[in-house]
Amino acid sequence: MSTLVERQQVRARKAATERQGGGMSSAEGWRRRLPLLPALIFTLIVTQVPFLFTIWYSLQNWNLLRPEGNQFVGLGNYVDIFSDSTFRGAALNSVLFTLACVFFAMLLGIIFALLLDRSFAGRGVVRTLLITPFLIMPVASSLLWSISILNPSYGLLNWVIGLVGIPPVDWTSQHPIVSILMALVWQWTPFMMLLVLSGLQAQSKDVLEAAQVDGAGWWRTFISVTLPQLRRYIELGILLGAIYVVNTFDQIYLMTAGGPGTASANLPFYIYQRAFLGFDIGQAAAMGVVVVIATIIVATLALRLIFKSFDVKD
Amino acid sequence: MRKPDRRFNSGPILTTVTWVLALIFFSPVLWMVLTSFKQESAAASDPPVFFFAPTLDQYRAVLGSGAGSYFANSAIATGVSTILVILLAVPASYALSIRPVKKTSDVLFFFISTRMLPVVAVIMPIYVIAGQLKVLDNVWTLVVLYTSMNLPIAVWMMRSFFLEVPGEVLEAAQMDGAGLMKTLWRVLMPMVAPGLAATALICVIFAWNEFFFALILTAGQSATVPVFLVSQMTSEGLFLAQLSAASVLASLPVVIAGWVAQKQLVRGLSMGAVK
Repeated sequence: MSTLVERQQVRARKAATERQGGGMSSAEGWRRRLPLLPALIFTLIVTQVPFLFTIWYSLQNWNLLRPEGNQFVGLGNYVDIFSDSTFRGAALNSVLFTLACVFFAMLLGIIFALLLDRSFAGRGVVRTLLITPFLIMPVASSLLWSISILNPSYGLLNWVIGLVGIPPVDWTSQHPIVSILMALVWQWTPFMMLLVLSGLQAQSKDVLEAAQVDGAGWWRTFISVTLPQLRRYIELGILLGAIYVVNTFDQIYLMTAGGPGTASANLPFYIYQRAFLGFDIGQAAAMGVVVVIATIIVATLALRLIFKSFDVKD
Repeated sequence: MRKPDRRFNSGPILTTVTWVLALIFFSPVLWMVLTSFKQESAAASDPPVFFFAPTLDQYRAVLGSGAGSYFANSAIATGVSTILVILLAVPASYALSIRPVKKTSDVLFFFISTRMLPVVAVIMPIYVIAGQLKVLDNVWTLVVLYTSMNLPIAVWMMRSFFLEVPGEVLEAAQMDGAGLMKTLWRVLMPMVAPGLAATALICVIFAWNEFFFALILTAGQSATVPVFLVSQMTSEGLFLAQLSAASVLASLPVVIAGWVAQKQLVRGLSMGAVK
């Protein structure tokens, strides 16, 4: 089925060619662009103008705690960043949180989706139970995990591992990264599961039956038929999951406050600390700019890879 | 719906495994709900208490502690920003799908790239500008920011829903002599209504749960539900049962909406992009 776009494009091109022998009249161009402008202008003002200020701040030596005010220091803040081992640690944690969370959430999501892609008693209820962590307010789930589940003296997890004789663990201070990852993976697994599930249900039944007729076992069918068909769904899950997970703030702020020390700080949390607890506006702004540049590089590569999945036409 | 696998009778075992895994995965939520019906002494006990006389005391305490204004602020910030997002995203995504402008993919990429930028990179200027405009601790500041936060995703989602509309429909409308506005309102909107619902639901979820902007830009006047939850924890020491009750109340609107609209949620999350 051809889409609206293709038909409209063809018709518009024909009309334009007939009217003036090629090229689109500027009136027609503006008529097309007009509905786009409010959203575009709004987004430009609210997101790009503050970022220009961030770049300006990043060139200043501006600490609210120091009375001499702000001075222009050029790229000084940027030089400092690269000798700041806490920044490197936070950058590493950002990468680690994102990769590990997306990987484990996707793995669990695929397992849950496969289990749900059968008809059985209570399927609707099970699906409802499994998507709930995604709907719980992240602030609530961070508090729930750090206080109710991972608390060293009365937490549920220590009670459970105590049943099999493992001594209690002070999760958030001894294993801060694992603790945060538990809460993050728990929150993001339903998202991956829902995506993979919609992929499984879009799968053509003929191909599956053909594979069975050919005598392919369950595992073989999964690896060579199901998984390739799920590729776009998995890619999309990884991309969207990574966009959100890389900006994780709530869990770190509420579960470990980046600690102990700065062991579990990621970049958003560290920049927040520099700006709103250290009042070091210049430094924080420079870090923000570096993060944005890194994000753009990574995101461009990722989007170019996945763009084909979205089938964007010019 | 798929027929069950006929080759080997794995049904009952797999079903049991599924149920057990689902209950384990859900147990933190169950634990939160159970704790919210306990007295404080039973909430923080070792070993944990599973059988107790349920009480509504914690819910009364939360509702009596002025939670109402926080919920009102969250409702305004979420509701108004979602409406604004839809009003801006529908024409924009229409322009990007049915009447494509030059460089469509560049514009789309620009939108999504704003969503990828770390919020911390722009929070300081936003704080300073809001201070100079005297709109710190003002719920309308959150409305503007939540609109810009959700707009890119909404444009992408709505565009993919518009793309699914078959060309014949538009041709028929044109033959009937319907103008642009009439076509958009009477013909296209009913067809993309489920997609619109999915888009709105996603915007509601992200706006209702947003914490970072609210933490930095609001105080007593315009603080939202996530800020209220955190204040429950820090201001008066730790009341686990009461905190659980507050968490249940805070999560409830989105949880119920998500449960009711599971199908739309899937389409929304996949941005309608994978078909």
